[in-house]
Amino acid sequence: MKDLAPHRAVPRAINWNRLQDDKDLEIWNRLTVNFWLPEKMPLSNDIQSWSHLTEQEQTLTIRVFTGLTLLDTIQNSVGAPALMADAVTPHEEAVLTNIAFMEAVHARSYSSIFSTLCSTREVDEAFRWSEENPHLQRKSRLILDEYDATANPLRRKVASVFLESFLFYSGFYLPMHWSSRARLTNTADLIRLIIRDEAVHGYYIGYKFQRAMERLTEAERAEIKDFAFALLFDLYEIESRYTESLYDPLGLTEDVKNFLHYNANKALQNLGFEGLFPDELCRVNPAIMAALSPNADENHDFFSGSGSSYVIGKAVATEDEDWDF
Amino acid sequence: MGGLVYYSSRSGNTHRFVTRLGIAAARIPISPGDPMPAPSQPFVLVLPTYADGEGRGAVPKQVIRFLNDPDRRQKLRGVIAAGNRNFGTTFALAGDVVAQKCAVPVLYRFELAGSETDLARVTEGLDRFWKAQLSTVI
Repeated sequence: MKDLAPHRAVPRAINWNRLQDDKDLEIWNRLTVNFWLPEKMPLSNDIQSWSHLTEQEQTLTIRVFTGLTLLDTIQNSVGAPALMADAVTPHEEAVLTNIAFMEAVHARSYSSIFSTLCSTREVDEAFRWSEENPHLQRKSRLILDEYDATANPLRRKVASVFLESFLFYSGFYLPMHWSSRARLTNTADLIRLIIRDEAVHGYYIGYKFQRAMERLTEAERAEIKDFAFALLFDLYEIESRYTESLYDPLGLTEDVKNFLHYNANKALQNLGFEGLFPDELCRVNPAIMAALSPNADENHDFFSGSGSSYVIGKAVATEDEDWDF
Repeated sequence: MGGLVYYSSRSGNTHRFVTRLGIAAARIPISPGDPMPAPSQPFVLVLPTYADGEGRGAVPKQVIRFLNDPDRRQKLRGVIAAGNRNFGTTFALAGDVVAQKCAVPVLYRFELAGSETDLARVTEGLDRFWKAQLSTVI
């Protein structure tokens, strides 16, 4: 029987000293240095803070986190492996194994939050909710269809960048919102690590997308771009409904939507495209921005005459052996 | 009006930002073998950030090589840094590192390839900055 199966070619042993694309090593190094595990985060320090949330706020938070868990699960088990088959260098394949694994770590970390803060019954109920929520299921379906059905590697990359750089943000908003009010701050620290990882993933997959686009004709490029914007519109529609259903009771929907617009534009930029939403629709609540990147406040702008200009975040950053002055 | 020098990796975000600015700019090459620009007048540097979680490696190696040359370095007047707020405290950190090393101000920060607002602010800001520089010299 086994003789009937086609033999797969023996791959060439990977040589990291012979790179076809320097970005592969750069991103490999970035991802491996940034490696982390949820067990290292002091989540139990949030138990008291959790108890101060209303029941409605707790339910919302658990649901949002199950939604994020689903996206991470898809990216871990389907998305990154699907991209691996399209890799053009062996090093790209290796980077994607790292991305796949970190998505599993992300998915795992939500369960760490749950086991620290919530009852089993609440969590089971939220996972049931995620299986039945039409918006969550629809956006997953749109992404999975691109991963599975199409023979076009570029469309898979577009779907993947939209998942990494856009779809997560309706969920990421909430822990940043709590953090800006000094709630669940340790949970927010963990989420910030996930946000950092997803930025590298979106950047790298978007970069590989741009390289692949260079090999296409003008007409083919235009077709992929049309596809990308159409998919973003469809996903945005779903995200708007999802956002309303979750955040209307707290009166936060408009605030979340601005955050979605802002991140949609960043997802498009990762693909090398211009943003879609005008700046006036991307004005994210400054408290959310500050929660996202503390120390990097928006007023730090020499041109407008505000802020000092020599402030440096971390001294270690200037210690690079390549400087010779 | 002073000059503009920039670095952009092959992902091209900073390149797209500078192109949309519509100001003549010299690009620091990606490949270490290629010749560096030799600015003849004072310039502002635009650069992206590649820091790890600890802030290490924020400034691209090619930018360090460019600034290691004292002739080029002494014409640097300010830095504009790109990055991604997703990286939290290390957002646009390359600008701070160069500013500290070279004792020049960080003029502006933006994300990825920048927004329309960023383009307008930098265009106007550079204009005012060079006028101010010129009046100081005279």
